[in-house]
Order: sequence, then structure tokens, then C-alpha cells
Amino acid sequence: MSSNSFVYNEQSGGGEAAELGQEATATISPAGAFGLFSSDLKKNEDLKQMLESSKDSAKLDAMKRIVGMIAKGKNASELFPAVVKNVASKNIEIKKLVYVYLVRYAEEQQDLALLSISTFQRALKDPNQLIRASALRVLSSIRVPIIVPIMMLAIKEASADLSPYVRKNAAHAIQKLYSLDPEQKEMLIEVIEKLLRDKSTLVAGSVVMAFEEVCPDRIDLIHKNYRKLCNLLVDVEEWGQVVIIHMLTRYARTQFVSPWKEDGGLEDNEKSFYESDDEQKEKTDRRKKPYAMDPDHRLLIRNTKPLLQSRNAAVVMAVAQLYWHISPKSETGIISKSLVRLLRSNREVQYIVLQNIATMSIQRKGIFEPYLKSFYVRSTDPTMIKTLKLEILTNLANEANISTLLREFQTYVKSQDKQFAAATIQTIGRCAANISEVADTCLNGLVCLLSNRDEIVVAESVVVIKKLLQMQPAQHGEIIKHMGKLLDSITVPVARASILWLIGENCERVPKIAPDVLRKMAKSFTSEDDLVKLQILNLGAKLYLTNSKQTKLLTQYVLNLGKYDQNYDIRDRTRFIRQLIVPNEKSGALSKYAKKIFLAQKPAPLLESPFKDREHFQLGTLSHTLNIKASGYLELSNWPEVAPDPSVRNVEVIELAKEWTPAGKAKKENPSKKFYSESEEEEDSSDSGSDSESESGSESGDDGASSEDTSEDSEDSSNEQESENGSVAEDKAATKRNPETKGESDSEDGEKKNKKSQTSDSSNVESSSIEESSSESESQSENESESRKVTKEKEKKLKQDRISLTKDVSLLDLDDFNPISTPVALPTPVLSPSLIADLEGLNLSTSSSVISENMNRDDLFKGKKSTLLKDG
Amino acid sequence: MIHSLFLINCSGDIFLEKHWKSVVSQSVCDYFFEAQEKAADVENVPPVISTPHHYLISIYRDKLFFVSVIQTEVPPLFVIEFLHRVADTFQDYFGECSEAAIKDNVVIVYELLEEMLDNGFPLATESNILKELIKPPTILRSVVNSITGSSNVGDTLPTGQLSNIPWRRAGVKYTNNEAYFDVIEEIDAIIDKSGSTVFAEIQGVIDACIKLSGMPDLSLSFMNPRLLDDVSFHPCIRFKRWESERVLSFIPPDGNFRLISYRVSSQNLVAIPVYVKHSISFKENSSCGRFDITIGPKQNMGKTIEGITVTVHMPKVVLNMSLTPAQGSYTFDPVTKVLTWDVGKITPQKLPSLKGLVNLQSGAPKPEENPSLNIQFKIQQLAISGLKVNRLDMYGEKYKPFKGVKYVTKAGKFQVRT
Repeated sequence: MSSNSFVYNEQSGGGEAAELGQEATATISPAGAFGLFSSDLKKNEDLKQMLESSKDSAKLDAMKRIVGMIAKGKNASELFPAVVKNVASKNIEIKKLVYVYLVRYAEEQQDLALLSISTFQRALKDPNQLIRASALRVLSSIRVPIIVPIMMLAIKEASADLSPYVRKNAAHAIQKLYSLDPEQKEMLIEVIEKLLRDKSTLVAGSVVMAFEEVCPDRIDLIHKNYRKLCNLLVDVEEWGQVVIIHMLTRYARTQFVSPWKEDGGLEDNEKSFYESDDEQKEKTDRRKKPYAMDPDHRLLIRNTKPLLQSRNAAVVMAVAQLYWHISPKSETGIISKSLVRLLRSNREVQYIVLQNIATMSIQRKGIFEPYLKSFYVRSTDPTMIKTLKLEILTNLANEANISTLLREFQTYVKSQDKQFAAATIQTIGRCAANISEVADTCLNGLVCLLSNRDEIVVAESVVVIKKLLQMQPAQHGEIIKHMGKLLDSITVPVARASILWLIGENCERVPKIAPDVLRKMAKSFTSEDDLVKLQILNLGAKLYLTNSKQTKLLTQYVLNLGKYDQNYDIRDRTRFIRQLIVPNEKSGALSKYAKKIFLAQKPAPLLESPFKDREHFQLGTLSHTLNIKASGYLELSNWPEVAPDPSVRNVEVIELAKEWTPAGKAKKENPSKKFYSESEEEEDSSDSGSDSESESGSESGDDGASSEDTSEDSEDSSNEQESENGSVAEDKAATKRNPETKGESDSEDGEKKNKKSQTSDSSNVESSSIEESSSESESQSENESESRKVTKEKEKKLKQDRISLTKDVSLLDLDDFNPISTPVALPTPVLSPSLIADLEGLNLSTSSSVISENMNRDDLFKGKKSTLLKDG
Repeated sequence: MIHSLFLINCSGDIFLEKHWKSVVSQSVCDYFFEAQEKAADVENVPPVISTPHHYLISIYRDKLFFVSVIQTEVPPLFVIEFLHRVADTFQDYFGECSEAAIKDNVVIVYELLEEMLDNGFPLATESNILKELIKPPTILRSVVNSITGSSNVGDTLPTGQLSNIPWRRAGVKYTNNEAYFDVIEEIDAIIDKSGSTVFAEIQGVIDACIKLSGMPDLSLSFMNPRLLDDVSFHPCIRFKRWESERVLSFIPPDGNFRLISYRVSSQNLVAIPVYVKHSISFKENSSCGRFDITIGPKQNMGKTIEGITVTVHMPKVVLNMSLTPAQGSYTFDPVTKVLTWDVGKITPQKLPSLKGLVNLQSGAPKPEENPSLNIQFKIQQLAISGLKVNRLDMYGEKYKPFKGVKYVTKAGKFQVRT
């Protein structure tokens, strides 16, 4: 141990050693000031002795005192050898405290730390999962580069541990190892990949965290786990939820197409989604549009919705930003209620939430308008909260509510908190600028404030009036005159400068007082603030140009004063102005244009929200709060033009396809169909709806997969497909005429096509046959004869369902009929997303209703089982 | 995520530090102190501060600052919410979250922090789990520990950590099985000068104290669940069941916890139980003013209003106040300029009032705004929204629990502008 640290300890340890002593025994009277320094050295000796004693209680006492030192930030590193010996202690509390010590000092004493490694290695094999987990935790927290290979090995083993708790710790260890040695990245990614496949809710949050820290760009690792994560989400612990939601937001922005394009008419339909339990109806509504949301996209939006009800503000905010960034605009509204609820929380939460609301309210004032009054300011709010609320109120102001708001602002202006009063005045200015109806009222109100007793209020009013007048170049001579008089009393530099600028700018409208103002200012020039001096110079120049007869001498006097000013800028400006306006032999061509230069029409300032520029940051992030890009901030990508292949997400469903034959059973076995979140017995109809939808989604995804595989083949058969599409139309027309017989004819049709496609080996993605297409493309993966059988069996089943369904289907077809004409005209393979989506949509409804029957039963069963489990 | 945590007291001493990754020097807190100085008021210290190498996210709780050091992008609410959870845990363990309590229990604090975060990511934050890992200090236990040398650290993994019910510890046993629910409603209101309501809203919570053996499965139903407009749940509540039947169905954690918080739909008119008559005036060019307030009951549903206190932040120019209360007692702090009037109960026969003179700083201009009055009150046995618990059923266990529901209405942020 170094003598340095020793000495340091000796000096600083005095007071706290006494305290610690007290703490340990609680009876010792405070040690006298004498001899403290000398006794301190002994104290540490003391600790060493206690650590070496054979009694656990003495060791424990010593360790407690050492932890106390660490907590205070005092150096206890010299005790390292004595402490590390106890790492193998049988007493679990001593052990834990030794761990605390090790984690703190191992980095500084690497050689000695190695002594403890073997203990951990042994503990990693312990039958008790708690011990395995904590050994891994400490081992990975010791930041000693030399043990990297050992850590790697331990992580690999732990990631395959039977206990999910140990696996969770392995996920944490990944991040630690990565920060210690980034070179291990590739190997760690493998472990992450493995852990991402884990089905335990305990692991999910931690591994996604590791993913975000180690390889956030490897979005491909998520594909196969996307649906599982969505479904697990509700049951993951709160902190994991936040991390997963943020990650999935980014994922969704890269994998789905924008739902924002055609929003207009959608609104009503979407609303009904949240009010009615009938998902089926919602689906039909949605399918009316040519844009169809990817079922996976919908899955995410739906599964996060319950989390808006979380008690954890971070979760609510995470869901809110997810809705903001990826849901259709018409559905974003539901977040406002939850966000407003968070405003009842403590001031820090309020601060962050208000900031985010401020950003949102710029773009979509509509969603927060019903809660206008929740943003009213109380005199007891801290100033930072007040100003944020004010900001939001300004954003929400419109023609309808402005009169109420202005009345509210009147109260604020009188507030004792002058900073806040000043902010209110700016707000009034912005309202006046944005809502022309009240511009005059606001202006009058502000003019009244000019007679206010408080200087800050007056100054702020002057500045705002200046901006407003600049925006409305109407005749406001009276106000300007009034403000000219204020120069005698007002002392705030910004306000004085504003008045001078205003008079200079409008010097032709107030020809009488302008020269007089200049006269007064010339007198006080030397004692003015720099800001004011510059404006005096400007005023002089402008008057010289418009009214040189009266002001020539005055201006020259001011320029002379400016020439010898202490401030560089002012001297510079003086020189510049003199050259420009005073004609002399050397003056260049510019002086001819002096008047144009000085009295040009200036563009009015835009009174904008200070939150305008935060939009580009993802909401709820640190970067958004600080309005700077924080290190490690991951940009949200723009929506892709064309959605990447959705089939990448359905790995499990291929398994499903193989086990398809006994339709009911296959689903039960399939892990992806375990809806963890729905582990309650109350499986209502909406549940089964959701199940069936995701189910059918995966199916249709399957279609996509096969279409991808065979896309080369289908190129030449595209003609054929087109003609098929034609037949779709015909079919549909037929359906329209005779819905009852549709099922029959269609299935026959389908069978014909089956044969056709089996020979040509091109998949019939675009084919008109509705559920056959899916069942068939799956069956293709199996041997053909069997698939034939399956299809037939299915058909029989379907026919029965069909009859009840036909009405629905025909209705859909009708709606799809019109838009379909456009897609057909385009080259098929490229445009397919929307078309496929349409067809998927068709696929969806019919097959899902079949499935939902099974699922209903299934879910009920599962629900019961899991509640049984829960009850133990 | 969370790199380090510093606990700082009001006088700016760092009295505890904990690092989950490499050690960050205490000097990083200088940026925090700088911001604190600039803010003048503790309430105005920005929760998020950016420094050249780190970001500081802090909360202010019970006269302590919890300052966490962050190095990379993280949702700030995540950290804030976590820090509050830490403070809640201290409160839960030591009865108070104060500097003295933390210093006295520094070892337990350290053990807790160690369990709550691993590598800066939350590990176990449920109080039921933590209490199994680390026993809270009690006088008896500390005596026993010192004699037997046993520890306050649990040596088995809490089963809850692994089960489907991570919020409940296993093997709970009580001789008296009890379940109590407190329905607490708060009225937030802004009343303007003329006595009309600018804004009023009812916010409520249901706090539960559940002492039931085994694994009880409870369901709580309301007479009028439609009143609840916006609800946030403890994780134990089955969301689906609420959605479909408006019944709260849950396996409760053991002990005290907040079951739900809710907001009553704003369509309902909020009854304001008290009214205030006030006349506060400051005379121009004289160093005194008049102060006169009277409180009376209004729409109190026949219940007594009690525990009334009025707090007024007087303008800075006020030097002193000489008042006579008709009831209760008042104090005026000439430094902070806060007037507190402890009224007590309202008796309709003789309304409580507070009258007298205000001394102003001579020569200073009179304050242009009258101070607003913050009012606190309490009404027992009443939920002002009319919310009523219908029944509580228990499944999964055989015994008959004792059940109780209590209603209280309080003033929340209740402000009268004058």
C-alpha cells in the first residue's frame, strides 16, 4: 500500500473514525480531540486485527466500519489484503460486505484482487442459484482486465443456467465485460442472441438493456424475438418495460411503413376501436383503406396500451413516446390523459413531463386542449414548472380559448415571482402574434403594463411591444410617443435600447419627439450601457439621414463621443456609421445608399416557442430534455418507404407450418402462441381477437416469405398472376351478385389453382383464393401429397364457416374492389407491400375466424392453467 | 445507466456515495452546487444538469438531494423514478428518509443500494423482495444480532423474485388476518377573487394495508366504478379484469402499498366544501394594511370539516402582522414571510376568522398583488366524489379475514386567489 494514501487517511479519518466507532458500538462517548490523529493509525491496525480474528462478530464489525468509510468516500484501500482474505467466509453477511469492498477497490489493487478469483469460480458452480448469481455479479464487477477470459467463460455458462435469475445476471455481466474490453463484442453478441431467445420475463428487460448498450445497430437480432417481446411486455418488471419499449420504438421505425399518410378519414374508425371490444369490426374498418398496418405494428401498439396505466412515470412516458412516434396520428390522443395524470407527481417528474408535453403541443395542440386547465399555474409551483406550464398554455392558445387564457394571464402578470411575470408578458406577446383577433387587446394590455411599478415588468413589456409593433407596421404613433416618455424613468438597458430602436425606426412618424430623445440621450451617453450606446448611435444615424437639419450637430456630437469610447464595438460602429452617412471626399459609393441601408424594411421577428427545435429528438430522452445530443443517443430513423420483409419476424411460425396438420394442437404447442400477458382466466372476446390477429399476421407473413423465395420464379409468371387478379375481380363481382354461393365457387377455383401452382412452382401470393393461399404455401414446404390432403380437409371445415362468414367477406370485397384496380396495373413484385397487405387482410379475416374458434378454447384452457400456477 | 449516486444534505455536504461502475470523483458535484447556487431556491434546482463528461439527474426529497451521475443517454424519468423508489425504500426501512437515519444505518443502506442496482440497472426494487434479502432494522433484531452474531441478510433467494408474483413474498403468516383500504381523495382547486371556481378536480388514491396469510386472491368492486376516469395501477392488478368488469382483482403484496390512484372524470361538478371571505388591502403611502379572512362551510355533505390550516406567502414588503384569530392560533415568520393559521374545526355557529393589521416596510411601494391563500382541510368518512366500495372478496385461502374501508377527503392543491 502506498504511503500516500496512508497519510491521507490519517489526516482525514479523524472525525469520522470517531463517528464510526460510535456507530459500531453505539455507546462509546465521542473521543476527545487529543490524540485522535495518533489513535487513528491504530484504528486501522485495529480493523486489521479484527479482520484476522477468528470470531465472525469481530470481522463483521470491522467490515461494517470499513463499508462506512467507503460510503463516506474515505480511502480504505490499505486494508485490501486483510479484507480479501475473508472472501471465502462462511458468514453470508461478511461475505456480502467483502464483495462490496472488492468491487470498490479491485480496480486499484489488481494483483491482490486476483487472489479472490478462485473463490468466485468455485461459487459459480454452487447449487444455490443465489450464490451463483452473486458470484457472477461480483466477478463481473471487478474491473481487472486480466480476468476477461474467465468472465467470458462464466457469462457463457451462466447464460445457459437453469435459473432465470442467474441468466438475468449474465445479461448484466455482458454490459460490464463490454465496457471493460470492447474487443469481446462479437462473442458477447452471440450470448445476447442466445439470451434474447429466452422466454423468461425476468431476463427480457436485462438482455434488451445489454443489446442497447453493446450492439444497438444489430436490429436483425430482434426480428425473431419481436413478437415474443411484445407479448411478454406486460409481465416484465417496470424498468425492463421502459428499455424494451424504447428499443421497440426504434425497431418499429425501421421495419414498418408510416401509418401517418392517410389519416384524415380514419379517425372515427380508430376511435371505435378503443371503445368497442369488437376487434373484428375494427379490422374490417381498417381494411377499407389501401394502407393496411402490418399486424406486427398493430401488435406493438396494442400491447403497450395497458402500460399507460402503470404507476411508474417512466413507463407511462415510454408508452407515450411510442404512441407519438409510431402510432397513427388519430390514436395518439389517448396518451394525453395519462401524461396529465403524471402532473400530480413530484416536481422532477412534472418537469420532464411538462417539457415533453410542450414539444408535443406545438405539433398537435388538439390532444391536450381538453386539459387546458390542468396547466394553470399555482403560486406555489417552482418557477421552472411555472414557465413550462406557461409555454404549454401558449401553445394551446387559439381563438376559442384565448379570452379565458388572457384573463388567467392577468393574474400571472401580477405575480410576486417577477421572473415568471416577465415570462407571462412574453407569452402575451406570442399570443398576440399568433392570434390576430386579440392582437390589439394584447397590445393595449401591454401598454397598460408600461405604467407598472415593477421595472422588470415594464422592461419586458417594452421589449415585447417593440416586437409586436414591428410585426404590424400600422400607425401606432401614440404608443411610440408614450414609450419615448418612459425613457426618463426606465433603467433596464434592454428596454431602453428597444425604445431607442423603435423611435429610430419610426422617426418619420414621430418627427417631433425623435430629435428631442436624441438630445436627451446625447447628454447621458457616457453613462449608458453598451447596448444602449449602440442604439443611440443608430438613432443618430437614422435621424441624420431623415432630418439632418435638426440633428446634424447632435449626431456629430454623439459620434465624437463614440469615437473615444472604451468599448471596441462602439468605436468600430462609430467609425462605420461616420463613413457611411457623413459625406466627405473619400466616401465611397456606399454612402449614396446609406438611407436604404439604415431604414430598410426589417423583417419582423418570429415569436416562436423555445421548444420548436427539440422536435427532432425522440421524446422522453435525456437529449430531448437537455436539447443537446447526449452521448449514446440513438436517432430514430425515418419510416422506410417500403417495409422490409415482414417474414423475418416469424421464425416460430415456420415450425407451426410443419406441425400444421392437426390444426388445433399445433397451436397449443407453439411457443409463440403462448400469450404470457393473457395469463388470466378472464379471456374475453377481445383477447381471442388479438390472438387471432397476430396469428393470422404470422401466417400472412409466411406468405410473404414464400413470395420472397420464389420471387425470381414469379417474375415470368407475373402475367399469369395478373390474369389471376383479373379473376379476383370477376370473382368478386360474382360474389356481389350471389354471396351465398361464393364460398363454393371460390374454393373450387382455389383448387384449380392449386394444381396450377404446384406444377409451375410459383407461389400464388397474389392469387385470389383466400385462405387456400396460406394453407397451400405452407403445405408446399411439406411433401405434396400430404399437403393436398390437408388442403382438402381444411376446405371442408372452411366451407361450413364460410357460409356464416360470406356476408362479411362480400362486404370486404366490395370495398377492396375499387382500390385494387390501381395496384393491379403496376408491376406486381415491386408494389406488392400494399397489395399483399390487402390480400393479407383478406386472409386475415377468414382464416382467423376459423382459428379464433380454436384459440378461444385454447386460451381459456391456458388461462386456467396459468391462474392455477399463480395460485400455487 | 446510473453510474454513481451522491447523497447531499441541505448545507451541501456529500455524506454518502455509491458507485456501480468505476469510481467518479466527488468533484462532479461541483456542477450541481453551481446550479444550486444559481437557482437560489431548492425547488428550482434543475433536475437534469449537463456537465462536460457526465449528466447529473437529481431529486430533492425530505431536505436531501439524491444526485445520480449518468454517462450515456437514458430516459430521465427512468432515473428520477428510480431515485424516488430508493428514497421510498429508505422511508420504508428506517421510518424516515433523513440524513441521520441514513448515517445510522449506513451498512443496510449500502446493502440495499447493492441489491437495487446492478451495473446501474435496477435489479430488485419491490419492497417485499428487498425485505427478504435484507431484513429491516428493528430494536429487537439488533439486540438479537449482537448476541447471537446472526445477520440481517437473508441467505436464500426470495421466491417472489422467480415466481409470477414478484411483488409478494412467500410464506406469509398472521394470526389476525386483516385487510384495510383507505380511500383518500384530494380536491385540487383554484378559486378566484370573486369566489368562483377557476379549476377543480378530484384526485384519489386507494392505499391498502394487507396482512393476510398465504396467497390470497382479492377482488374489490365498487358501487360506481364509472366515476373513475383515469386510473393507474399497482402491478399486481389484473388489467384485463378491470377493462372487462371494472373489478380490481389482485394478489396483494404483503404490507402497505398503494393499490390505485385515480382521477374523477372532469364532467362531474366538484363540490367545494369550504368558502373563504377575504379582504386584504394595502394602503398607498402608508406603512400598514388590513387583513381579514373568514372561513365557512359549503357543500360539506353534513360532515364536519376539520384540520383546517391556512398558509399565506405574504409579499416581501410585509414586516410584521398583528392579528387576532377568533379561533385557533397563527404564526408569522418574518424571514420567510409565511403566515400560518391553524384553525381546527369549523363550527357553523361561529365562523372562524382572522383579522388585524399588516405592517409594511415604510417607503416601499405597496404590493400590487394580494397573496393567495393555500388551504388545507380534512373531512372524515367522506369520499367527495361519492365513490363507494361495494365489496371485497377473497379467494384462494380458507380463513375469514377482517375487512375495513375508510374514506377521507382532503384538500390537495387548494388555492384561493385574493
